[in-house]
Amino acid sequence: MNFIFRRKRISGVLVVVPANERSFDEEMKNFNFPEERSLKLKKVMGFDKHRIVLPGVCVSDLAVFGLQHLFERGWLKPDDVDALFLVTQTPDHFMPATSSLVQGRLGLKQDMLCLDINQACAGFVIGLMQAFLLLEQESVKKVVLINADVLSRKASPKDRNIYPLIGDACSITVVERDPQDSVIYGNLKSDGSRAQALTIPAGGLRLPSTPETAVLEDVGDNNLRAKDHVFMDGSAIFNFVQTEVPPLIESLLVRAGASIDSVDYFLCHQPNRFMLEKLADKMNVPHVKMPNNVVEHFGNSSGVSIPTVIAFNLGERLLKENLHVCLAGFGGGLTWSAMLLDLGNLNFNTIIEYK
Amino acid sequence: MSDLIRTLKAIRPEADFSESSNFIEEGLLDSFDLILLVSALDKNFGISIQGTDIVPENFRNVQTIEALLRKKGARL
Repeated sequence: MNFIFRRKRISGVLVVVPANERSFDEEMKNFNFPEERSLKLKKVMGFDKHRIVLPGVCVSDLAVFGLQHLFERGWLKPDDVDALFLVTQTPDHFMPATSSLVQGRLGLKQDMLCLDINQACAGFVIGLMQAFLLLEQESVKKVVLINADVLSRKASPKDRNIYPLIGDACSITVVERDPQDSVIYGNLKSDGSRAQALTIPAGGLRLPSTPETAVLEDVGDNNLRAKDHVFMDGSAIFNFVQTEVPPLIESLLVRAGASIDSVDYFLCHQPNRFMLEKLADKMNVPHVKMPNNVVEHFGNSSGVSIPTVIAFNLGERLLKENLHVCLAGFGGGLTWSAMLLDLGNLNFNTIIEYK
Repeated sequence: MSDLIRTLKAIRPEADFSESSNFIEEGLLDSFDLILLVSALDKNFGISIQGTDIVPENFRNVQTIEALLRKKGARL
């Protein structure tokens, strides 16, 4: 599915990460896996530090903290927020929407739209698309896009396949109209027939959480996981990314009349270093144009990973410069999406810690 | 010992690769071992194995891995 958006822009990016930093070296002992092999894997995959919320911390806590930071610094006025889109797979509750909780806790005006979007690693690009669509309405001047997940609370600490790479985080992206005649190209695809490759089996209504679903089971490769925990078929996801993402981006570039050379950066979702290096090689993109250093510093924070790669690698630069960038998100759903846009002259672009 | 066997042994020193006809099904290599192996083969043979080639069929035994390496231009 292809999109074109005109006269829209991102005007600021703030990423909130928990102050609690954990290291792979400390956590290795939790895995039933020889230390020497774990250390080799650390080097290839980029496992090192990751940020994990303390017990009890929810998505709305990170989002409220981040928005208060923006209000206190005058980077955003509360009354200017016409919509809160909150993309998460780990909401505070089934009901109400977490975006409504954020609005209520901050005492924001009633004349606004609060909407939760259930998307994972493609959630930043999809959230932007929704924000751009709403900005077609004259009454809407600013949309605040929140991407947030605390997936560590649903990951087994004894599952080497997923726990070392999980990172909790929240991003707040302000989206508004662009006075310049800018054009943004986007595309996305979905394949629900492969949805079970990335899932939390229990905890919904199909399989409610019970004492039985909380029991750790030996799921092979010396990993222990419960049905309440997130499951990822790593091989299926790896093949999905390597097969589906390059043609998606290539078709986007062709449609926009762009090329690998004309794009300054490919700012992709950050699953792990190895997967991104292989993706760059497959697309003949120089590694320097596709940063892959988020997992080693913060962990993979699902839909927050693209804002994190933006703020971590281009924080100061995007306050003064304008760059031509391609965003690409891919994961749960399965969903994969890409966007080509000018990004820069931002009002803020930084990372703060939640304490 | 060939460069390939040396690379395999560096990842799983305890495994006897000469006695196995299917490294994956017989549990000599798991999915993370494949990642370590591809990373090592890229480095040791000066090639880049594409992500879409990282499938069990290409890593069943020494013969299938050698065929993949030749396809990628490695000198064996």
